[in-house]
Amino acid sequence: MKITKEEVEHVAHLARLNFREEEKEKFTSQLNDILMYMEILNKAETAGVEPMTHAITLHNAFREDRVKESFGSDTALRNAPDKLGDCFRVPKVIE
Amino acid sequence: MKLNELTIHELQNKLTQGETTSVEITEAVFDRIDRVEDKLNSFITLLKDSALERAGQADKTIKEGRGGPLTGIPVALKDLLCTKGVLTTCGSHILENFIPPYDATVVKKLQDAGAVFVGKTNMDEFAMGSSTETSYYGITRNPWDLSKIPGGSSGGSATAVAADQCIASLGSDTGGSIRQPASLCGVVGLKPTYGRVSRFGLVAFASSLDQIGPFTKDVEDAAIMMNAIAGYDPSDSTSVPAEVPDYTQCISRGVDGWTIGIPKEYFIEGIDPEVLVAVEKAIKVMEGLGATCVEISLPHTEYCVAIYYVIAPSEASSNLARYDGVRYGFRSTDNRELIDMYKMSRSAGFGDEVKRRIMIGTYSLSSGYYDAYYKKASQVRALLRNDFDEAFKTCDVIMTPVTPTPAFNIGEKMDDPLQMYLCDIFTISCNLAGVPGMSVPCGYAQSGLPLGVQFLAGHFEEGKLLQAASAYEQHSKIERRRPEL
Repeated sequence: MKITKEEVEHVAHLARLNFREEEKEKFTSQLNDILMYMEILNKAETAGVEPMTHAITLHNAFREDRVKESFGSDTALRNAPDKLGDCFRVPKVIE
Repeated sequence: MKLNELTIHELQNKLTQGETTSVEITEAVFDRIDRVEDKLNSFITLLKDSALERAGQADKTIKEGRGGPLTGIPVALKDLLCTKGVLTTCGSHILENFIPPYDATVVKKLQDAGAVFVGKTNMDEFAMGSSTETSYYGITRNPWDLSKIPGGSSGGSATAVAADQCIASLGSDTGGSIRQPASLCGVVGLKPTYGRVSRFGLVAFASSLDQIGPFTKDVEDAAIMMNAIAGYDPSDSTSVPAEVPDYTQCISRGVDGWTIGIPKEYFIEGIDPEVLVAVEKAIKVMEGLGATCVEISLPHTEYCVAIYYVIAPSEASSNLARYDGVRYGFRSTDNRELIDMYKMSRSAGFGDEVKRRIMIGTYSLSSGYYDAYYKKASQVRALLRNDFDEAFKTCDVIMTPVTPTPAFNIGEKMDDPLQMYLCDIFTISCNLAGVPGMSVPCGYAQSGLPLGVQFLAGHFEEGKLLQAASAYEQHSKIERRRPEL
């Protein structure tokens, strides 16, 4: 499976990343090498094998629905690059 | 020997006998840091003032007879462990000003145990790497040869212990990031069973693989650190409510009558002959102690790198989606609108390796490719895990090399990501299966570079790991050298 430059651009958009033209070329080539290597997985016989989603078997790691200590908005905003009142301020969302 | 060159248990003896104080030990540590840190770059942040203050408090605690095994001991923390009020960068530009408002559970545990924090150590960016060359804060050098890499991603945590810039440290291991640098720097490194140690406050890379573990100068110290950090944490939903034994009881019990598995798939072409000789010698030592070493097979080993490099980047692409410049970290300026801000902040804030892995992960999880990559990899992962379950039915522990070669040159593999990934070939399966693993020094190459041997055990069998590793350490007659800096 060879990944094309257009696919790289699409994946970059999904990942919210920008690449310059030269970077796109380099990434496409490196990604291709890596993806080609992944083809080895096709050798493995996996019919009927349940995908492993957790390293350990745990069931329903719940807790009681009780209110505990949490951060105030002061603390939550302390690392904010831009804030207004109690909110994180960002550039416009809607065109 | 200088105070900073001793182990946790040696220093504890001196502290309880009143032969030294935590302040003296901490001063010795910072004296050493002053003299060698320029050459190594083990640390991103140093905490001298608060360390000396805590050392003073520890001395009071010890005087009052309330000290424990880690009271007053200077330790270092990998810079992806959240430390309240202290810069935590994960080796990245995107978090260069991030000050967590809370402590990771393991940090809190060590604090409650009276440990003194020396500083936050350098690492590959977001734990993605095997050489500590991708950090935004410069490379870390191997103290045994400054032209070589120390391994990664927990390079700084390994070098700080190897160069006696602290007594012990914490790192994290997702595909070998504790065991590989431990081996390349000549120290002990342990990756616990998945779920043994809380990940709360560990900045996530791959959530089904990450574990926090100690770097120490000997196996007994690793047991002491494990006692302090292991245990159930309700704040981590993947933390397992299994009792923590006293791991120090496992030291010096021997391995007489044990069965040790030697997986044939780990003894392949391409391993440096010196590594092979050292590991084979280690196997002989274990036989001499009464263990029976048998050849076993872990048939799905050949897929481990491919499985890992689908699953880890996929999980990483999800975990790193939070770095968007909104609530913390680097935000680019002059953004037209929101998506623009996300893209500019992330592209400027992340390094190449991180971007590469986010791209691989996003691709593997995207519509049309999910079955072929992520689902397939997860199925083969299940088969690999099964290999280990089967092996541990008849073996107490498994022994393997840690790395195919001793430490390589700085810059040698930076242009070929795939070559870099293949360095993890012996350490990766352990994370995929969730079993614990440990790297122990087993000699030196002709060049003087350290070599390590790996022990693996079944889920929650850290006790067996420590028992085997300590038996080996005590009888291996490996000369204990120090790097000349």
